[in-house]
Amino acid sequence: MPLIIKLLAQRIALGLILLFLVSGLIFAGTIILPGDVAQSILGQSATPEALANLRAELGLNEPALQRYLSWLGGLVQGDLGTALTSGRDIGESISQRLSNTLFLAFWAAIVAVPLAIFLGLLAVRFRERWPDKAISGVTLASISIPEFLIGYVLMFFFGVKLGWFYPTATAFRPDAALFDKLESIALPVATLTLVVLAHMMRMTRAAILNVMQSAYIETAELKGLNGLQVIVRHALPNAIAPIVNVVMLNLAYLVVGVVVIEVVFVYPGMGQYLVDSVSKRDVPVVQACGIIFAAVYIGMNMIADIVSILSNPRLRHPK
Amino acid sequence: MNDHLHFLARHAAAGKLSRRDFMAKAAALGFSAAAAGTLLTSQAHAAEPQKGGTIRMGLQGGSTTDSLDPALSTNMVALMMIRLWGESLVELNDDGGLDGKVAESYEASADARVWTFKIREGITFSNGKSVTAEDVVKTMERHSGEDTKSGALGIMRGIKNVSADGNNVVIELESPNADLPYLLADYHLVIQPNGGMDDPTAAIGTGPYILKDVDMGVRIVAEKNPNHWGDLGYADTIELIVINDNTARVAALQSGQVDMIDRVPPRTAKLVDRAPNINVHSTSGPGHYVFIMHCDTAPFDNNDLRMALKYGINRQEMVDKVLNGYGSVGNDSPINSSYPMFTPAEQREYDPDKAMFHLKKSGHDGEILLRTSDNSFPGAPDAAALFQQSCASAGINLNVKREPNDGYWSEVWNAQPFCTSYWGGRPTQDQMFTTAYLSTADWNDTRFNNEKFDQLLLAARAELDTAKRTQMYADMGEIQRNEGGLICPMFNDFVDATSDRLGGWVENTKGQPLMNAYAPMKMWVKA
Repeated sequence: MPLIIKLLAQRIALGLILLFLVSGLIFAGTIILPGDVAQSILGQSATPEALANLRAELGLNEPALQRYLSWLGGLVQGDLGTALTSGRDIGESISQRLSNTLFLAFWAAIVAVPLAIFLGLLAVRFRERWPDKAISGVTLASISIPEFLIGYVLMFFFGVKLGWFYPTATAFRPDAALFDKLESIALPVATLTLVVLAHMMRMTRAAILNVMQSAYIETAELKGLNGLQVIVRHALPNAIAPIVNVVMLNLAYLVVGVVVIEVVFVYPGMGQYLVDSVSKRDVPVVQACGIIFAAVYIGMNMIADIVSILSNPRLRHPK
Repeated sequence: MNDHLHFLARHAAAGKLSRRDFMAKAAALGFSAAAAGTLLTSQAHAAEPQKGGTIRMGLQGGSTTDSLDPALSTNMVALMMIRLWGESLVELNDDGGLDGKVAESYEASADARVWTFKIREGITFSNGKSVTAEDVVKTMERHSGEDTKSGALGIMRGIKNVSADGNNVVIELESPNADLPYLLADYHLVIQPNGGMDDPTAAIGTGPYILKDVDMGVRIVAEKNPNHWGDLGYADTIELIVINDNTARVAALQSGQVDMIDRVPPRTAKLVDRAPNINVHSTSGPGHYVFIMHCDTAPFDNNDLRMALKYGINRQEMVDKVLNGYGSVGNDSPINSSYPMFTPAEQREYDPDKAMFHLKKSGHDGEILLRTSDNSFPGAPDAAALFQQSCASAGINLNVKREPNDGYWSEVWNAQPFCTSYWGGRPTQDQMFTTAYLSTADWNDTRFNNEKFDQLLLAARAELDTAKRTQMYADMGEIQRNEGGLICPMFNDFVDATSDRLGGWVENTKGQPLMNAYAPMKMWVKA
């Protein structure tokens, strides 16, 4: 047992180091954005005095390393700073946006993950026959089309032509009843599902097929178990590590990769907040969003690592 | 009655079909003239203003980073929002004249140097306080102070002193300006209690609506102000919803999620208009798309080279292909018929021979670099490619460089010698010229420096005789057309769209899009 704790501690420490390195990258990235920060905020009509005032106010005259360290210091204490453009506390603004993004990602995951795994199992059960080919064809097509186009197509047919759902998420209000909220995000959820489905489905299929070659599967079949039972009870548990890996990767994508979907469907999440802030050079907000996205990504991957360690007896009890 | 006939009647009432055509089509469907006439009258009757309901707007341009402070407002959403909760001293009306708002009336001294605005009596801010001349004075001070970041600072510079005199506000100018009331209609200059010095973002003003819920870059909800002095505003609630994506905005209108949108993409406007319940409105305005050359930077410091490029552009082709017909050709001056004292000059046409002649005369050899980006105006890279081709047949070697959207306004515009850009226009010639073509202007993006032009501008500003002033502006236009650094191929129309649920659209208003941003208040929900 202590061995597992040591492994977990190692993973978590590694994650933190990675996050620290990423924070440096984010800071460097915001520095090399074209255009002077003060100039971008004040616009073309800025007078030299106003520029100088703002630079001093933002601490832009201090060396970059010192600015980085003070930002990092605030970060460690949970202080994300204040937005340059609106002067509001970033933590406060971000928490609402982040919870909106997580809400969308959560419901997309609730639909997409079980569906992908189920379709994967189905594809294995009927491998090389028409259900397998149909599932693969449809999901591969949906991953190959750019996500904004899928969004537009769904918007056109289900929102405008058929009128079944709201074409945009403008009716979304964080304090509305759950059903109303779900109704307004139906199309973005469907779009996200189509985008992430193929990857998870293909990976499930491949991982299980790999296990299906093993001798014990043959034994199970010879015992007279039916096809789906063999797959669910004997093959799936042994293929769980790669599946969890790819699921986590896609969950992370659902949180950090939805910028385009949020803009297309006018959903008030982190993505829109980030895009607005980048174009206005609201650097502290960009940094805060960046570090949160990085934390989600690293966190999800860490969970995937840990689950695959725990699910693999060989890693659990190394000789 | 037949659905199709109702559909035709709606179109007729909306002005898409003439009465005669409507009657003819109704007869073809087998209806008597009397029945069809009654139907048309009932549709037209619905054209009378109705009170109540909610109007939802889908708008482009809002951002999470917007501020409620009117001094810092820069986009359409902020403008519409200010229109709801606040008022300036005066406002541009549908015909391009001025209506009194917070100021009931105004008058100028004989030399147009001292202006007196009489504050409307008995009006209150939405917090219940009455409006005083002192509030107006403070507002003017806040937008002209040393450290102000106000977008109206350029307008305020010529003002020497603002003082309260009982119920009047007296404005003294450095030099005479016959256009001052037009300048004060600027939307940044809404009157706030104590000038907004206590809390610039309180959104308290004298407007017909009161903001109830503000989520910047997402949604703004406003409700009718029961104590507003005037009769503007029919709907109980107005919602401004930010939908920056073009396709999403149109889809939201088509499905009825919103009742009105701005910036319908010209490419799809005709398709959108075909939908039975949607009307697309095209309004000509002062906005224009431009190619700007720095008159003080080689090779553009040579007027023959500038003329070569002006003859090397095919204006009609750009209106047809870039604006899809939703616009009109420009004439290398920023002024068009939407300005009050406009005199048309001879239209400059695409002429490869003249372009070649001027190019030879300039002695320039080699390629000319034009910078462009997607956000410099919609379709700018396409326009640049068209320009490149029309120049090629005149022997001009134009090289188009695509720049990133990000940072275009700080790194390229007003910094590089030749690039694409746009102007929204201003209500008067004086303001447009002063903003961008006076040699000392902040935004002199063509680096134009012409002594005669500057003199004429100052003289025209002080001239109260309209005929003389009109002549001066015509002369200035001519100087600019023949010597300036501005290539103006087209004036873009505002293309807005409304749903059938709303009535009261007024065609060809002046100023900004969506009926000078008054559409949500001047339109109503049909019962």
